[in-house]
Amino acid sequence: MNTTDTTKGESRETTSGKELVSIFVMGKKYEIPKNLTIMKAMEYAGYKYIRGCGCRGGICGACGTVYRKPGDYHIYVGLACQTVVEDGMYLTQLPFFPANRATYNLEAMGSDPEEVYKKYPELFRCVACNACTKVCPMDISVMDYISAIKQGDFEKATELSFDCIQCGLCTVRCMGEMSQYHIAQMVRRITGSKIKPESSHLKTMVDNIKTGRYTRAITDIKSMSEDQLRKVYQAREMEPSEAPEDWKPADNTYL
Amino acid sequence: MKISYYPGCTLKTKAKNMDCPGVAALNALGVELVELPRWNCCGAVFSLADDDLLHLLAPVRDLIRVVEQGDNKLVVACSMCYNTLARANLLMRENSEKRHTINTFMEEERDYNGEVEVVHLLSFLRDEIGWEKIRESIKVPLRGLKIAPYYGCTLLRPQSVAIEPPEKRTLFKNLIETMGATVVDFPASTDCCSSYQILSNPDVGIETVSKILESAESWGAEAIVTSCPLCEYNLGKRQEDALRKHDKLKALPTFYFTQLLAIALGLGAEVCNFELNHNGVIRLMESKKFLTAA
Repeated sequence: MNTTDTTKGESRETTSGKELVSIFVMGKKYEIPKNLTIMKAMEYAGYKYIRGCGCRGGICGACGTVYRKPGDYHIYVGLACQTVVEDGMYLTQLPFFPANRATYNLEAMGSDPEEVYKKYPELFRCVACNACTKVCPMDISVMDYISAIKQGDFEKATELSFDCIQCGLCTVRCMGEMSQYHIAQMVRRITGSKIKPESSHLKTMVDNIKTGRYTRAITDIKSMSEDQLRKVYQAREMEPSEAPEDWKPADNTYL
Repeated sequence: MKISYYPGCTLKTKAKNMDCPGVAALNALGVELVELPRWNCCGAVFSLADDDLLHLLAPVRDLIRVVEQGDNKLVVACSMCYNTLARANLLMRENSEKRHTINTFMEEERDYNGEVEVVHLLSFLRDEIGWEKIRESIKVPLRGLKIAPYYGCTLLRPQSVAIEPPEKRTLFKNLIETMGATVVDFPASTDCCSSYQILSNPDVGIETVSKILESAESWGAEAIVTSCPLCEYNLGKRQEDALRKHDKLKALPTFYFTQLLAIALGLGAEVCNFELNHNGVIRLMESKKFLTAA
């Protein structure tokens, strides 16, 4: 990858007249119709996704991709399902990168920052190089949430890291060798369960489930045949996209 | 008066007992310490390797945050943060080659040329508020308390960022006198507390701590005051280890200067987080009746 070809691919066309661009997947050159996403381009080139494909909707983080452009030393990243190919792009997908994840019993622990520091002491290896923030495809200030964690400000870290899709690209780039996104998840769990006030409607809902309010619905669904399930699923009533607040479905048997 | 303030990670976690009373005390003196809305670790220790620019990124970023606030002065209470930030600042001011390298690497930030002035809270108290005004605001004079000022290393070394000349130390002295207490200057005042050696080499660390405690005690101190969380950890929280090793040593309560100032200003124990100090601190305050008088 360090011998990036700086010559741009010549513009060509497919038989149907679509303009082609050249991309390099793990160093091998492919001619791809312009305007495809990286994921579609890879499939066009003949790759079959078994892993690293995910939701195709830009939210699950399974298709983190690293690329470079001709004549540019920067590292670029994107989600393969969202990023459109560019002529001369050198790329590889990183569907998985080893990352240490601590095991802990959330219920047994308090909200002291020390709980996280004990599980992830490497947190303090951060030198504020900011490579994590620069690489984040979700534009999260990773360095800032790591700083907030070191400052014991878990609510701030939760806010800053909330959009994380756990693609792991920050971890790939971290010179302190920490797994930022796993640390942030532990912090969000502590914030949600021990720092933020308990949400009353969630408690009501959990109580309802525990007292068997939805048991009949589940039992009914579980006893259906595949055909019946399909029929019920297709006939389901959807909430209109601009429904008023007091909207209720016509059939409320199970509510 | 409002002033940009850098607390540092330790003051936000293990040394809240330095941060909270400091903010409260300054507030009582009419100064709002405004924590930078965005900051990262200062780097903790200034790297001595001449070509190690990487570890300058953290402190320089913090100084850039000050400029982003439209400010040009930063108050720091923690001795270690002060030292690291001040030295990084000096380097950015004076070394054009390294400045260029660092600015070029941090392409996502604005260029920094050392515009900010890094000020330790002790200097700020003297220069921006003044001992006279502080004296007028004292509600609970710490009369009869014999305090040994412990500077440690980072307030005085190296000379280029020293808050005052080591041989003419007056800052702690003046503050202690302003609060109505008695100064016990002692020979080990500027010794090193053993720093991080306490972790990698605990025996050496505890011996060093013992000598400092012994020196302060032999000169009649009843308490030690410091502005460094690492010194406080070694002299305070690890004091038990020293007492266990040396029969002759007596327990010597260790305070942050912000705690004593808050007490003297009549703000009471509520703002001091004494529970984060080691044993004996509250007892001393109570026996001197400094808590009830407020």
